[in-house]
Amino acid sequence: MAIRNSLSGQLLRRTSAVAEARFMSSWFRSIEPAPKDPILGVTEAFLADQSPNKVNVGVGAYRDDNGKPVVLECVREAERRIAGSQFMEYLPIGGSVKMVEESLKLAYGENSEFIKDKRIGAVQALSGTGACRLFAAFQHRFHPNSQIYIPVPTWANHHNIWRDAGVPMKTFRYYHPESRGLDFSGLMEDIKNAPDGSFFLLHACAHNPTGVDPSEEQWREISSLIKVKGHFPFFDMAYQGFASGDPARDAKAIRIFLEDGHLIGLAQSYAKNMGLYGQRVGCLSVLCEDEKQAVAVKSQLQLLARPMYSNPPVHGALIVSTVLGDPELKNLWLKEVKVMADRIIGMRATLRENLEKLGSPLPWQHITNQVSS
Amino acid sequence: MIMMMILSRYFNSRTARRFVSTCSGHGWWDKVRVAPKDPTVKVNESFLADPFPHKINLGVGTYRDDDGKPFTPQCVGDAEAKINRYKLEETNSSEVSSKFVMESVKLAYGNDSFVVREGLYAGVPTLSGTGACRLFAEFQRNFYPDSQIHLPDPTWPNHHNIWSQAQIPVKTFHYYDPYTKGLDFDALISDVKNAPDSSFFLLHPCAHNPTGIDPTEEQWREISYQFKVKNHFPFFDMAYQGFSSGDLDKDAAALRIFVEDGHLVGLAQSFAKNMGLFGHKVGCLSVLTRDIKQAAAVKSQLEHIFHSMYSSPPIHGILLVTMILSDPTMKEQWKKEIKIMANRIRAMRTTLRRNLEDLDSSFSWEHITNQVGMFCFSGLTPDQVKYLEKQFHIYMSPDARISMAGVTPSNVNYLANAIHQVTRISEETSVCM
Repeated sequence: MAIRNSLSGQLLRRTSAVAEARFMSSWFRSIEPAPKDPILGVTEAFLADQSPNKVNVGVGAYRDDNGKPVVLECVREAERRIAGSQFMEYLPIGGSVKMVEESLKLAYGENSEFIKDKRIGAVQALSGTGACRLFAAFQHRFHPNSQIYIPVPTWANHHNIWRDAGVPMKTFRYYHPESRGLDFSGLMEDIKNAPDGSFFLLHACAHNPTGVDPSEEQWREISSLIKVKGHFPFFDMAYQGFASGDPARDAKAIRIFLEDGHLIGLAQSYAKNMGLYGQRVGCLSVLCEDEKQAVAVKSQLQLLARPMYSNPPVHGALIVSTVLGDPELKNLWLKEVKVMADRIIGMRATLRENLEKLGSPLPWQHITNQVSS
Repeated sequence: MIMMMILSRYFNSRTARRFVSTCSGHGWWDKVRVAPKDPTVKVNESFLADPFPHKINLGVGTYRDDDGKPFTPQCVGDAEAKINRYKLEETNSSEVSSKFVMESVKLAYGNDSFVVREGLYAGVPTLSGTGACRLFAEFQRNFYPDSQIHLPDPTWPNHHNIWSQAQIPVKTFHYYDPYTKGLDFDALISDVKNAPDSSFFLLHPCAHNPTGIDPTEEQWREISYQFKVKNHFPFFDMAYQGFSSGDLDKDAAALRIFVEDGHLVGLAQSFAKNMGLFGHKVGCLSVLTRDIKQAAAVKSQLEHIFHSMYSSPPIHGILLVTMILSDPTMKEQWKKEIKIMANRIRAMRTTLRRNLEDLDSSFSWEHITNQVGMFCFSGLTPDQVKYLEKQFHIYMSPDARISMAGVTPSNVNYLANAIHQVTRISEETSVCM
């Protein structure tokens, strides 16, 4: 009895000690759940829905005619080629040199003088988000009193990115709800009224979420006015190839700004146009006055990247550089991008047609006027 | 301004363009100076540029085999082959991520840990160890904006950058004793006691980088006890699980002591070294919580933070790790391969020490075998490090940290001779070591 009491007493003491120990501190007791991302929330709701007729037109990830995700053939081939490579070493902090080279050619042009003159400070980034965030951190470091002007509306995460980098945001008019098109005069007025030397975020093509892009003539006017005001144009190009089916054509706005002598910043993503969503591959580039400055800028971008993730992931970069670095694979990619863009353009036409056939009293031409996803 | 616009339109030449861009107002990046090179990168670049045929790279902490070649574990090769047959398009990345986190957490805390059983953790995949630390630093700043981080002296240099970038002031606590080339335990405990209550501390649970010096089990229990008294927050950075002893569970002992003692720890895990997945950037951040409601809240906050940094982590490495850890055969294979890597490094330590002693070096070299993991904190002076580089083409971190992974049977004699030479010269010229 005494032994049993003593043992159970010990057990009791140890149990209550453990229970007490478990709850001795509660560092994060008062933490509330973070607000849900609006788009990811839509997908969650879709997945939870039991209806056989459900349709997900929420998240911006390409689907084929059967609603299935697609792995591009050029990507499969690239995967096959790199499969045996066993290369798992760290990339340099600035990422894959080859991938960055190919990305610059894609955006600035194959024979761009800026590439030849080595005037672009560029690093591999974690897709478009990573490129934007790295630029925002860079902007904050070297222009600590600056703000970013973002269009209304824009991809929701733009707000989070610049906010978390400590850069205050302002907005400029973009979408015109009545016409479901571009509020060009509002946009120009806001550019004019912003203090000289402001930072502006522009969607190079296939504006997300509106699908409304300025015409070439409008881009030229925007470029002129931005020049007059001495603003800094930062382009987020997440859909090169998706707007028209032609990557060169989709980079037109950027090329206009380059011709006009702007020193731009550019975020590129391969999430959509190469279907590499999960691989997180992108590129951040900053056009500089000369090679010396480009070297300095690149080194500072690397200095910012090192305490974020040390060096970027290798796999997606290998795929991109394999595809873009091989003329045959690159051609295949260009065909496949066109197929994706054409399918979407086709669906736009069909959706609009169906709505009009149903005798809808509302106007639906914006469905086909707007571009990309 | 208007005149310039007209000029640029009608004289659409390169000269005009450059003229306009210079005059368009701002030298946007005039203030941008070339950043100092990362010390590890600098060492690596110097090594690569050196044409000497017998050069040795003892800088970066990436594992090399006996031939000095990068080593991809067989289990990783097998997992890669499986992924290629996998239907990529049907990969549900959030399901894979959840599985990955669970397997990572089991690996760290133990399969049977109550933490795992009861789900008392918030876990997310991260961009390797760096990403996990940064994510935690940002989280710490969000919820404890006036807090600081106490880092061991010395530590991996990037720890300083990470917390500074997250705008958390850095303090240090005593760790390394240069006289014994071991742990300065008394000073460590003193610093723990003197820190304000509820301070955040970063601890290396095994294979401390750069010193290779780990507290004993008894010492860890004492540290844990003092942490409890002071209510400090223990954040563990575990980059070398498996490399200390060759045994994954043994290497997690410190972490598990703290968890048993009731601490709600934070933990950064990396699969860069122990699975050879350096370039894939696979890691995991976990934060223990009181209950699953809190776990969900903390997890959502962590996701919120990385959403604006990179949206989601790269999937490839996550797939590889998940496959390996959830397949019993592959996991066993991996455990064997870690043992091989750890044993090779231990053998090189033994050989290097023996060679130096055989050369009748008058210095003590027992720290080479006392220290554990990838690195040996040699105790050489900066001048000696420079001398080794210039005269012998041997490259190591400026703090004289030697990556033992770079030592092979074919270069260990050369290395021992070089170290002996440089320390003998220093002795003769009375430079303290």
